Amino acid sequence: MTDVAPTHIEAGASLWRDAWRRLRKNHLAAISFFLLIAMVALVIVGPWVSRYSYETQDRELGAAPPSASHWFGTDDLGRDLFTRILYGGRISLMVGLCATAVSLGIGVIYGAVAGFAGGRIDSALMRIVDILYTLPFTIIVIILTVYLGKSIVLIFMAIGAVEWLTMARIVRGQVVALRHKEFVEAAYVMGLRRRRIVLRHLIPNALGPIIVYTTLTIPQVMLLEAVISFLGLGVQAPMSSWGVLIQDGAKVMEDNAWRLIFPSLFLSITLFSLNFLGDGLRDALDPRISKD
Amino acid sequence: MIRFILRRVLGFIPVFLIIATLVFFLIRLAPGGPFMEGERHVPPEVLEQIRESYNLNAPLPQQYAMYMWDLVRGDLGPSMQQPSRTVSQWIVLRAPVSVELGFYSLIVALIIGLSAGIIASLRPNTLTDYIPMSIAMAGICMPTFVMGPLLVLIFALKFQWLPVSGWDAPAEKILPSITLGTVYAAYIARLARGGMFEVLAQDFIRTARAKGLSETRVVLRHALRGGLQPVISFLGPAAAGLLTGSFVVEKIFIIPGLGKQFVDAAFNRDYTMLMGAVLFYAVLILIFNLIVDVAQAWLDPRVRYD
Amino acid sequence: MPLLDVKNLKTHFHTRAGIVRAVDGVSFSVAPGEMLGIVGESGSGKSVANLSLLGLVPMPPGKIESGTAQFDGVDLLHCTNAQRRTIRGKKISMVFQDPMTALNPYLRIGDQIMEPLLIHENMSKADARARAVAMLKRVGIHDAERRLREYPHRFSGGMRQRVMIAMALITHPQLLIADEPTTALDVTVQAQILELLKTMQAELGMAVILITHDLGVIAESCDRVLVMYAGRIVESATVDDLFREPKHPYTRALLASIPATQEKGAQLYTIQGAPPDLTATMEGCPFAPRCEHAQPQCKIGPIPLAEIAPGHATACKRILAGEIT
Repeated sequence: MTDVAPTHIEAGASLWRDAWRRLRKNHLAAISFFLLIAMVALVIVGPWVSRYSYETQDRELGAAPPSASHWFGTDDLGRDLFTRILYGGRISLMVGLCATAVSLGIGVIYGAVAGFAGGRIDSALMRIVDILYTLPFTIIVIILTVYLGKSIVLIFMAIGAVEWLTMARIVRGQVVALRHKEFVEAAYVMGLRRRRIVLRHLIPNALGPIIVYTTLTIPQVMLLEAVISFLGLGVQAPMSSWGVLIQDGAKVMEDNAWRLIFPSLFLSITLFSLNFLGDGLRDALDPRISKD
Repeated sequence: MIRFILRRVLGFIPVFLIIATLVFFLIRLAPGGPFMEGERHVPPEVLEQIRESYNLNAPLPQQYAMYMWDLVRGDLGPSMQQPSRTVSQWIVLRAPVSVELGFYSLIVALIIGLSAGIIASLRPNTLTDYIPMSIAMAGICMPTFVMGPLLVLIFALKFQWLPVSGWDAPAEKILPSITLGTVYAAYIARLARGGMFEVLAQDFIRTARAKGLSETRVVLRHALRGGLQPVISFLGPAAAGLLTGSFVVEKIFIIPGLGKQFVDAAFNRDYTMLMGAVLFYAVLILIFNLIVDVAQAWLDPRVRYD
Repeated sequence: MPLLDVKNLKTHFHTRAGIVRAVDGVSFSVAPGEMLGIVGESGSGKSVANLSLLGLVPMPPGKIESGTAQFDGVDLLHCTNAQRRTIRGKKISMVFQDPMTALNPYLRIGDQIMEPLLIHENMSKADARARAVAMLKRVGIHDAERRLREYPHRFSGGMRQRVMIAMALITHPQLLIADEPTTALDVTVQAQILELLKTMQAELGMAVILITHDLGVIAESCDRVLVMYAGRIVESATVDDLFREPKHPYTRALLASIPATQEKGAQLYTIQGAPPDLTATMEGCPFAPRCEHAQPQCKIGPIPLAEIAPGHATACKRILAGEIT
């Protein structure tokens, strides 16, 4: 169809307003967004209002199925599962956010440096990324967590340290593409300083892909934390994360199925929402690949 | 084509050595180590002797040089915690199980993923698109360690159709392969849909239709090759994922594979075993990436012999 | 009896921005063996009209709202998919604008050229190969046997367009629709491709619909011309009549804006204003907002194409009424 190209760009609507409008029209993404907010609120506020703490034991009760006093049942030490899931959620979400922040920091700086330096520095830096890609992330994180100790901070540092590769590639690609765009050349000609060009022109333009990829990194990171915890290498008792709770639940699922199902549900809903939101953002921010 | 492969294989050597170096120092520079005092009820002198025999007391550069020299000659050394076998023997014993599991899982992933993705791409934004794709998304959000136990709960414990664990009888291999395969089936479905969707919008598809081809022929002969490119490039990372994903699946289904060996080695600070396993994984992944590159070149004439 | 007779074709696109009336009531016919030019600027609906005939408009968002198109006893707009497939690539072939993207990059040239023969004529592979070699030679590709085994990226743009033409003509169709076949090519190559089209038309005796935005191409090769604007035909004439005596103000403006026809040093003529928004419903003449002769009456009622002289029709009220000449 060479003839028909109905491009209707509403006058005055900026890229961001356009993106926001598209995002709201995407019902799945909107629902995901509110689910996430609800989840975060629940995880933050829930433990304060709960009658139980994550370590309150009730040995006489033991592992009890869901009831009016314990909505999601209890574990074999009689600890309230609902409260433990909310506490575990704090850890899981925190690891997700912090590790993503770490990977974001490394990836953006690395990619921007490579893209802006260009030439040999660029190809050397990117070659390193290629080599690191051949290493399975999970293996490195396992080695790191085993040897660096099992504190939460180190876990998200370790995860962040391996999850920055794709971010670096994306940022570099954006920078390289934008460097040669007319407006950057124009900024050079006008005598703007390098730092100013990076801050005022390059980063704002690369922001879309960065936001999208960040949203998609959070679930990956949470998944990695859960895998490590599931393997018994992550967060240690009496603290817990969703991965730990799922592992505990899997061990006793024959008799106490609720202990597997509830934490799995929380993790899956969160991952589901983050992925749909990420997809929605991608469609909204990158009109070239969106469906309409 | 043969020169292309040879050049790539030669390129593997530095990558392999860099990985070996990286992992070596990563492990050694961390605090702690095997045969440390207080970890076992063994007299300190004996521990000292053991450390000596493994060269753990030598300066780091010397340890590195010796390890690399052995490595170049193909000797991965004895396992530090399970000295009954050398690391190579352990790998030969355990790896086939993991590779077999990975292979079945890949088959599951390809069959489910490709058919779902292609069907979804043919009628975009209709029910035949939304339903498979929503299921795919659910598959992505349901990690192996949730999927595995749930499948066991339903098919092994509730209905008792399949065994709970093990890796001997064919029936025991079904649930692990499905567990590991479905996550990748979901990714493959999404990639296949995206790729097909893009190709079906191309001009040459319109040309094919203008020639009077049936829709089946348009899809199978003209669209599939290009549409599956993203899936093929994904198979490299997918292979890596299937290998490391097998840690979890091997744990759930109590399968005696390399994944379990690796995690145990990490727990026990079995330096040599850990190094051996990582290097073995790296080689497998490099080989798989090469196969993917060759397949891609074969499918897309434009990248051939680059 | 015409080879193809199109009546009141309307193709609309249902988009979020509204209904785009890409083709809005077009009627024309093609005689056997003639070369009919369709000229108009981008968005005038000339491509969509022809894609509609072959059922190649993506649906959704496209929808053929009305019309008939009689070809060889079949209504192309209301036949079954199976019927349409026996016509596409066999009796009506198409050549597209961009030869860089219109050939399948994953398949050998030979396989693509032979494909219509294999599916339409049940030919053996060996026979089809022989026909393909002969056809490639006829469109001017040397060393045809060897080139048959190559992939499209090894060919230049002009060569690919020759391959496209060979592929379209290999079944000896009665009608060839060439959609801007030279637009994406270098000027020197453009002339060669046009020449090739004319030779092939003479050799095979087929009719050709040549879609272009370039009046020069029309002048060089066509017998008859349709001028399209905003999804409608505003003028229909023989090439000689059109260039000698353009009637519709849009046609005149179009002719006036060809740089070669203007005096050296004179300011280049451009048509005022922008092409209309096809999502808006249009009363009267779609060109009226840009027309220097427009009167209030031009914005009223449907303005059908009507003959002003034998074989020369226009859709301008004032011309037809003799108010302007």
